[in-house]
Amino acid sequence: MHWNSVGEFFAMGGYALYVWGSFAMCVLIMTVEPLLVAKRNRDIQGSLRRERLADELEKS
Amino acid sequence: MFVIIRRDLLIAARRKSEVLTALFFFVIVTSLFPLGIGPEPTLLKKIAPGILWVAALLATMLGLTRMFAPDHADGTLEQMALAPTPFGLLVAGKVVAHWLVSGLPLVLLAPVLGIQFGLDAGALGIMMIALLLGTPLLSLIGAIGAALTLGVRGGGVLLSLLVLPLYVPALIFGAGAVEAHLSGLDVTGHLSLLAAMLALAVFFAPWATTAALRIALE
Amino acid sequence: MNNRIIHWFKYASPQSFYPLAGKMIPWFWATAAIFGAIGLWISFFVAPTDAQQGEGYRIIFIHVPASWMSMFIYCIMAGWAGIGLALNTRLSGMMAQSLAPTGALMAFLSLWTGAFWGKPMWGAWWVWDARLTSELILFFLYIGFIALQAAIDDPRRADKAGAILALVGVVNVPIIYFSVKWWNTLHQGSTINMTKAPSMATTMLWGMLLMALCFWMYSIAVALSRVRAIILERERHTEWIKGVLN
Repeated sequence: MHWNSVGEFFAMGGYALYVWGSFAMCVLIMTVEPLLVAKRNRDIQGSLRRERLADELEKS
Repeated sequence: MFVIIRRDLLIAARRKSEVLTALFFFVIVTSLFPLGIGPEPTLLKKIAPGILWVAALLATMLGLTRMFAPDHADGTLEQMALAPTPFGLLVAGKVVAHWLVSGLPLVLLAPVLGIQFGLDAGALGIMMIALLLGTPLLSLIGAIGAALTLGVRGGGVLLSLLVLPLYVPALIFGAGAVEAHLSGLDVTGHLSLLAAMLALAVFFAPWATTAALRIALE
Repeated sequence: MNNRIIHWFKYASPQSFYPLAGKMIPWFWATAAIFGAIGLWISFFVAPTDAQQGEGYRIIFIHVPASWMSMFIYCIMAGWAGIGLALNTRLSGMMAQSLAPTGALMAFLSLWTGAFWGKPMWGAWWVWDARLTSELILFFLYIGFIALQAAIDDPRRADKAGAILALVGVVNVPIIYFSVKWWNTLHQGSTINMTKAPSMATTMLWGMLLMALCFWMYSIAVALSRVRAIILERERHTEWIKGVLN
């Protein structure tokens, strides 16, 4: 462990923008992508449910 | 196969405007660069190989949709698929015809344009050889793209998106050959690699193109 | 032995793969989290400061795994697409389709981190380094694949056309890489080989390896989730779908 303080950790020896800019983009992608896929799943499941309801209403 | 070549050439002769448009595009695009960059001779000489090659790529791209779309539209392509002659052979014929009409004129026109950029005779010669090896390669790879995007929405632009990344090696070695000559370095490496890529493409591209066409015809 | 083979092929249908994928996904998220936690720990607290690049080099713990994954996913995607083309299986095509966006994002991340690494080290947001340039072209290949599939309405045709494109691409990737490398060494006076990492301390290698495993588990988790959505979308008019939803 070579960080003497939290401040030093965030400063990254002057490279803060670049290091955190990179890690931030990584975190961003790895949150947004799964969320988008989850939304895609919710949308198609919702659509299928509505279809099934419509079918059942038709039959009755 | 030669029947197909003859046939396509005849059709091209009747639709001269399409062919000539692509060629004029080549000329105009090449002329745009000095206008955008400035007339400084040493600079122009340096960028000439790259510009001529990029313009050749773009001009070839323009002609690619012509390869299969008209025949697909009037049903001839399906006839070819069902014919006793191997479909692959017919497809190869179409690619040859395309090259004769789109690629070969570029090879012949390039030296004229090269003079505008101050390239010397040796460089122009290398340029012609490189294009002679490269343009068939472009037609072969382009045929795969044309077959994949046959009848698809957004055809021409999508085709460019698919094919241009695949053109990069040809561009690098084709332009690289001329630049090597200009720097006094050995050109055989570049040209042999171009030739190797061409040989590879001759074997595999018609096969991939035929597969793609069959998919498009289903 | 016979029983086991039949057992595996059972999962080749979208219908049986759907619940299987559903069960596997949480496990992949869990392993991704574990690898990620350890990897990040090593990246920030164990790996030493570099003599030349200071703390800036730590970007490597994202950049290299992202590059590896972008190339690995492309090969796997092409593999699935090829299987789908050869065996005419629906699920293989769906797997290829679900991998593409994740691979493209990995390529993008590789380019982004490459730029953020290049700026402090070499003073420019973009350098025409051989590996970065090849990565850029790989990104274009991904986009082309996604665009082609998006433009074709019939899913079966989209699968097959995409397969041919992916296979042509996978053959070309080594050719492209080699030619770009040649181009780069010819044109650069000083070889700016920016992905030449600082002489690797073992801890750095471990960090990269663990982050790569993290990215791999993540990619599988996301791709499996996406393929479940694709299965539902494409199979919506079949009988078994009705039984799937709660």
